Amino acid sequence: MFLTGRAADAAVALGDDALVLSHRLGEWAGHAPMLEEEVALANIALDLLGQARFLYSLAGDEDELAYLREERAFRNAQLVERPNGDFASTIARQLYFSSYQELLYTELASAEGELAPLAAKAVKEVAYHRDHAVQWTLRLGDGTAESSRRMQAALTDLWRYTGELFDPVEGLPVDTAALREPWLASVSAVVRQATLTLPDGPDRSGWTAGGGRHGIHTEAFGRMIAEMQHLHRAHPGATW
Amino acid sequence: MNGATSTEGPLWEVFVRSRRGLSHTHAGSLHAPDATMALRNARDLYTRRGEGVSIWVVPATAVIASSPDEKDPFFDPAADKAYRHPTFYEIPEGVKHL
Repeated sequence: MFLTGRAADAAVALGDDALVLSHRLGEWAGHAPMLEEEVALANIALDLLGQARFLYSLAGDEDELAYLREERAFRNAQLVERPNGDFASTIARQLYFSSYQELLYTELASAEGELAPLAAKAVKEVAYHRDHAVQWTLRLGDGTAESSRRMQAALTDLWRYTGELFDPVEGLPVDTAALREPWLASVSAVVRQATLTLPDGPDRSGWTAGGGRHGIHTEAFGRMIAEMQHLHRAHPGATW
Repeated sequence: MNGATSTEGPLWEVFVRSRRGLSHTHAGSLHAPDATMALRNARDLYTRRGEGVSIWVVPATAVIASSPDEKDPFFDPAADKAYRHPTFYEIPEGVKHL
């Protein structure tokens, strides 16, 4: 039967992270800088979609959760809803998020609970997502002057969205705040090797504080879910 | 053979071993900036439906191919020498991959 209460909320929050990032990555289809990279991003998007489906199926009807909730009902962290921007922005978002997700799923896999089986399976997928982001961060950061400039700008722009990842998620049997230190160690090692720097500034500010997990989203998110949901809303229950 | 462009990187040939005991088989080719990325691209392009347990990537420029002009001297002499084929032996039952 379905999870209820806070356990269901936690499954939906992680499912929202996965679904929203999956949709963003899917937006690269037809636009990626090279064919091989398009397939790589689509692969990652499909992995995340699979995670989202499993997580939603624990909490209720997948289609209702994905297609029939309003913006304020989504509990994803704001980081994953940020627009793709240039390729460096997408890679920076991937680096920040997959590093977090790998740590989170590793903890979840060893914790008691309904999410442990998913986490144990998904952690392998996420390890590959992180590797993909690491490889590109190194190449863009230590590449040409232009690629380095863009990668640095992307890391700096998205930095303020990373603080929220370590807010507690109610119903989740993981101390997310404790993930920040290993996250910072692994991300900064990659960034340093890429001859880039993490920003000095705070990783959160007043206006982004913890918003996503409480249903507060950035402007771009409304347009994204409008596109994501319009088909199902116009033709409820439509299938291929 | 030379598919290299400045934006896509050089061309790589991909060989996939589908399971232990079999040899690597040519699966196709792809573009990648370097060997590490070529291996990852190969994983995404050629093994995502469980096709393989091992991948080789080789720079396409490192493959030395026979030329169509050499087809006759290379391959024709083998056509009429039936005694070169191991057709006179009984193959024991249960032998696979021979």
